[in-house]
Amino acid sequence: MNNNEIYIAIAIMTLVNYATRLFPFLFFRKKELPAFLVYIEKYFPAVIMTILVLYTLKDVSFTAAPYGFKEVSGIIFTAFLHLLVKNYLVSIFAGTLFYMILIQYF
Amino acid sequence: MQKEFKKALEVSIPVMMGYLVLGFAFGLLLVSMSYDWYLAPLMSVFIYAGALQFVAIGFFNAKMGFIDIAIASLFINIRQSFYGLSLLKRFKDTKPFKNYLIFALTDETYGLLTSIKEDKTLSRKHFYFYLAALNQSYWIFGTLLGSIIGLNIQFNTAGLEFSLTALFVVLCLEQYKNLKNIYPFLIGGSAALFSLCFVSSDKMLIASIVISIISLLVLKSRVISE
Repeated sequence: MNNNEIYIAIAIMTLVNYATRLFPFLFFRKKELPAFLVYIEKYFPAVIMTILVLYTLKDVSFTAAPYGFKEVSGIIFTAFLHLLVKNYLVSIFAGTLFYMILIQYF
Repeated sequence: MQKEFKKALEVSIPVMMGYLVLGFAFGLLLVSMSYDWYLAPLMSVFIYAGALQFVAIGFFNAKMGFIDIAIASLFINIRQSFYGLSLLKRFKDTKPFKNYLIFALTDETYGLLTSIKEDKTLSRKHFYFYLAALNQSYWIFGTLLGSIIGLNIQFNTAGLEFSLTALFVVLCLEQYKNLKNIYPFLIGGSAALFSLCFVSSDKMLIASIVISIISLLVLKSRVISE
């Protein structure tokens, strides 16, 4: 994208993001939330996070060597570290460093 | 006024660490793909949503259409639509800061606002405002630092984009801790894999979102019974 397109994209994301935060203040002052929204609300964040993990890997070639081995290793390393240390900064930082070393030196 | 600021500063320190580091990574990543350095802080001022800002770099790279960007942003941030529900009462009588408080309602600020005990000796609206503004200032400052340092120091950034993958892996684990239910992850994962294989990469995100929402609704009874 060129800068003008990026400015439009930023404006769109600004508006949509604000709208998602404003939504309950506009529409749910007194009323109860519809049941299907409660359901989506509960489970959708997990769904979208899983999708986003794969989305960030969309340009990785899994059909040619090394078959995404570095990405999968990076994910396992990050997840393992997170379960061990339980600090999201440590897991993200060390996981990224681990992957950068794999990419740059192997 | 000063008491409120002090208290907000104290409470916001854990967020400061997180936002400085993640903001830094975001700024660095954006300039490493040779976008102008000022775009990163601009996004942190106006958009101010961590996951969305990171994913936006992908939108720029893929030259994604504006409507697709709007839809994808909506679903990436839809979880925030539910934050306000538990804050309706707390945000009463917070004018003239209310609009800013709503704008600045990130995951972390929400977490702080809902977990801290109310201190009757403080003016609530000022305390909330300082807290929200401090958090955003950390995010902007981290971003600015990352984009300026990334611009001036040359080092091999290959693989830096994995910070985004790592962020979402960690968020997935946190979600699992809360839900203890594997179905949403299976649904999201299969929808994304299907879209990776059969949909062009600029439509992959939208396709995955649509497929998984349909699957969530179709499989509702099974998801709930888990």
